[in-house]
Amino acid sequence: MANTATEPNAKAPAGDGLDRQLLMGRPHQRHGGLWLTAAIVLFAIFLVGYSLVTNPRFEWNVVFGWFTSERLFTGLLRTLGLTAISMAVGIVVGVLLALARLAPNAIVAGTAAFLVWLFRGVPVFVQLLFWGFIAAIYPRIAVGVPFGPEFFSVDANVLITPFMAAILGLGLNEGAYMSEIVRAGLLSVHRGQAEAATALGMRRFAILSRIVLPQAMKIIIPPTGNQTISMLKTTSLVSVLAFPELLYSAQLVYSANFKTIPLLIAASMWYLLVTSILSLGQYFIERHFNRGGITAGRSNRRRKAKAPSSPTTPQEARP
Amino acid sequence: MTDVMIEAQGVTKSFGDLEVLKGIDLTIPKGSVTCIIGPSGSGKSTFLRCINQLETLDGGYILVEGQPVGVKIRKGRLHAQNNAEAARMRENIGMVFQGFNLFPHMTVLENICEAPVRVKKESRKAVQDRARVLLERVGLSEKVHAYPASLSGGQQQRVAIARALAMEPRLMLFDEPTSALDPELVGEVLDVMRKLADGGMTMIVVTHEIGFAREVGDHLIFMDGGGIVEQGDPRTVLREPRHERTKQFLAKVI
Repeated sequence: MANTATEPNAKAPAGDGLDRQLLMGRPHQRHGGLWLTAAIVLFAIFLVGYSLVTNPRFEWNVVFGWFTSERLFTGLLRTLGLTAISMAVGIVVGVLLALARLAPNAIVAGTAAFLVWLFRGVPVFVQLLFWGFIAAIYPRIAVGVPFGPEFFSVDANVLITPFMAAILGLGLNEGAYMSEIVRAGLLSVHRGQAEAATALGMRRFAILSRIVLPQAMKIIIPPTGNQTISMLKTTSLVSVLAFPELLYSAQLVYSANFKTIPLLIAASMWYLLVTSILSLGQYFIERHFNRGGITAGRSNRRRKAKAPSSPTTPQEARP
Repeated sequence: MTDVMIEAQGVTKSFGDLEVLKGIDLTIPKGSVTCIIGPSGSGKSTFLRCINQLETLDGGYILVEGQPVGVKIRKGRLHAQNNAEAARMRENIGMVFQGFNLFPHMTVLENICEAPVRVKKESRKAVQDRARVLLERVGLSEKVHAYPASLSGGQQQRVAIARALAMEPRLMLFDEPTSALDPELVGEVLDVMRKLADGGMTMIVVTHEIGFAREVGDHLIFMDGGGIVEQGDPRTVLREPRHERTKQFLAKVI
């Protein structure tokens, strides 16, 4: 091709009648459809906004009054605490279940798979109810040798408070989902990484904590961020256990003053605000774990894939 | 025993129904460079990986400096090594992989220092000084703080060699170290290996680089179908191979 290619001449069109000069330019863009669509969408937004402002039933003064109230704020703090602790429990349980599922011991792996199946399969709302009613199944919870002597025991209703029931229900359910996320992350790390570390004499725990997990983080972090945001909202289910988190705090207020919609809006605004902050935090954490750019296995492939596809200009064509 | 690095007897290994090693007998003296060549699937990489227990043996034994690999004898009975014992043996055996396997989330310096600091519990300062000397030896002094993804394949492999050497191993295993490299980058890696051989390091090199085997190797092994077909002085084996399979293979690669 290199020796047959003739110098492209822009001025004199070749025999095929194509205007080479015109081909050098950029095609004409049509924006008509774009403007029409934008106008329709903007009008729809205007209609929604108009109704928000003019419909008196929104009672915006009531909304903002309660938005900044101490009762909702206390509820928000409980929601945040519940989210943080449940996620912490979920992540720890998730890592343990993921490692168990990847273990060579079939009984261990199978048990972990069963637990994931159980905690993912039953709706979290139902799980919360079970933990709330745990005293109906096990009235007393004891520590001791199985079938042997008992060291001490407590009333289940004293140990499993609504808060504990919420942590158990949310945390274990989350652990099942997190285990799948962690497992996917661990499996995404190229096998050669653990092999190289093994060949250097590194011990199993060091290989996991120093080599495999940090690389798995890149895969684990984004869905974990989503899970955290999802957890923030799922905590509202805990209102069924009469634990006064954000939603239940709002419900307590409107059951007394009947300002149902304004209070639900005030609570929603808090959920949206915290979700936005969490999304921002996720961005910075992802950036931190993206050190080194691309993974070892991929960088290699990418460089190879690049070489043949790089366009060769006529000047550097092989002789 | 003092001048023998590797003694292998009747080493067998299967993956499922596939018998990859069918009884390898081998002695490798200290300070020698042994090159293993052969078609893919001949078991040469598997044998190399058995030496530092990335694969477990199904039969036979391997001694490294007189110490059995993967097993121990206690009260007249044979027991499997535990993880810590296996790891301790690997500390003295460096390995370089076809795919480099540098840790992508660590800089070049961190890659080299990780194992000596964490496994041998050496002071970070001392290890870093040694790492800089090693990087100079492999010609990459200016890449101390680079991440692997920003290096060429040849540079990555030279860092991988420096990383293995930082553990001050007595034996170096090379598993097709230049097979994943673009042709113009092979030379720089072979140069580093040649210098290492000149320094007296005991090396076992699985390779397709016949030229390297001829010039640097003290001993050449040709493997095919899970066994050693022919071995001896590289120049002799390459010039006048005695076995038909060796002849056929050499005719294809040279």
